[in-house]
Amino acid sequence: MKPVPFTYVRAESVEQAVDTLRTHGGEAKLLAGGQSLLPALNMRLARPTVLVDLNRIPGLDRIAEENGGIGIGALVRQSAAERAQLIRASCPLLAESLPLVGHFATRNRGTIGGSIAHADAAAELPLALVALSGSVITTVRTIPAADFFVGHFTTALADDELVVATMWPRARPGESSALEEFAPRHGDFALASAACVLRVENGAVAEARLAVGSVTDRPELLDVEPLLGRAVDDDSVRSLGASAAAAVDPPPNLHGSPRYRRALLGSLVERAVRTAWARATETSP
Amino acid sequence: MTSVGVTVNGRKYREDVEPRLLLSDFLRHTLGLTGTHVGCEHGVCGACTIRLDGGAVRSCLLLAVQADGCTIETVEGLAANGELHPLQEAFREHHALQCGFCTSGILMAAADLLEREGTPTRDELVDMLSGHLCRCTGYESIVDAIAEVAGTS
Repeated sequence: MKPVPFTYVRAESVEQAVDTLRTHGGEAKLLAGGQSLLPALNMRLARPTVLVDLNRIPGLDRIAEENGGIGIGALVRQSAAERAQLIRASCPLLAESLPLVGHFATRNRGTIGGSIAHADAAAELPLALVALSGSVITTVRTIPAADFFVGHFTTALADDELVVATMWPRARPGESSALEEFAPRHGDFALASAACVLRVENGAVAEARLAVGSVTDRPELLDVEPLLGRAVDDDSVRSLGASAAAAVDPPPNLHGSPRYRRALLGSLVERAVRTAWARATETSP
Repeated sequence: MTSVGVTVNGRKYREDVEPRLLLSDFLRHTLGLTGTHVGCEHGVCGACTIRLDGGAVRSCLLLAVQADGCTIETVEGLAANGELHPLQEAFREHHALQCGFCTSGILMAAADLLEREGTPTRDELVDMLSGHLCRCTGYESIVDAIAEVAGTS
């Protein structure tokens, strides 16, 4: 299993990468961390004629506080983000997601921007970005996360557009979050996943967002109306879990039938909501 | 063909390679360093793990041309002056290998983890090892060996 021959272009700037994409149309493929692209090349599922290596472009590896959030350059390695104090302190949902992405050695190479642009329906970072209402900054525009992900491996990016950064809103006072997934082994693709963000005010849920992944072809926000304006309790959690399970229609895969994956999602939604609530109120779930 | 210059285990090499050549094949076939093993070629088994500028990475998920100018360490560079690396000693002590196919990748990942994290917990070690498939040992002895070197209780 070796890649087909291709022309290798080491881009020195974002402009050069965009120019190369324009010149070659759909035949060129961007290479960031390569932790998903290289397997696809090795298995010849991807057969680009031109590979544009982004790794040496300067300036895309910064993590910085910006208006209302944390801006993460597209080439920031997942392991660097994992160790960044700013992310741990300001964006706990992202910090919780990162150790679940692949493995120790793949995170040393895999990038935040690459994971977002690859848009695997089972990936943690797209799920977290949608749950947080973050956004994707490209060479031409800013796209809200919910509009960026179109389907499995499919995004709103044009053929000559690339991701330069992602914007992750900072957790506000009273806000807490949790991400739950189940995979047969750590680092495998999750069979179902759920991320919940709650803002609690005076003992009641003032705002809530619930995103689910793996069971849908992109991260989807589900209705959270039953949670609002009250404390989270067994009844509201169970009904939300049941309605989440009913709202999705996952395909079967090697590890689980649609029925199993729906039931799994229900449990993970319950767990994510309970954990987020427990973190907000600092009581045991 | 593209020219690639790398430093591997302290020795400089310059070779002309096809852009599609994987770093794992470059190390094994071009440089003859067969201590790095190739299992799945899609990043799952961990056998080909090496250190690139210090960080443990899958050499099957990198092109040789991407490593141009980089410093690489492979399992051949672990022992210094004829003395086994403490991780290698511990693996022998704890019977942490049988066939040895997965061992070089685990050693390189463990060396990076210990340098970076100091004393990881046993859970963190198990977590790291989820990226390395071993079909002989049942893992316990591998965890024991790394834990001993790390000072994990």
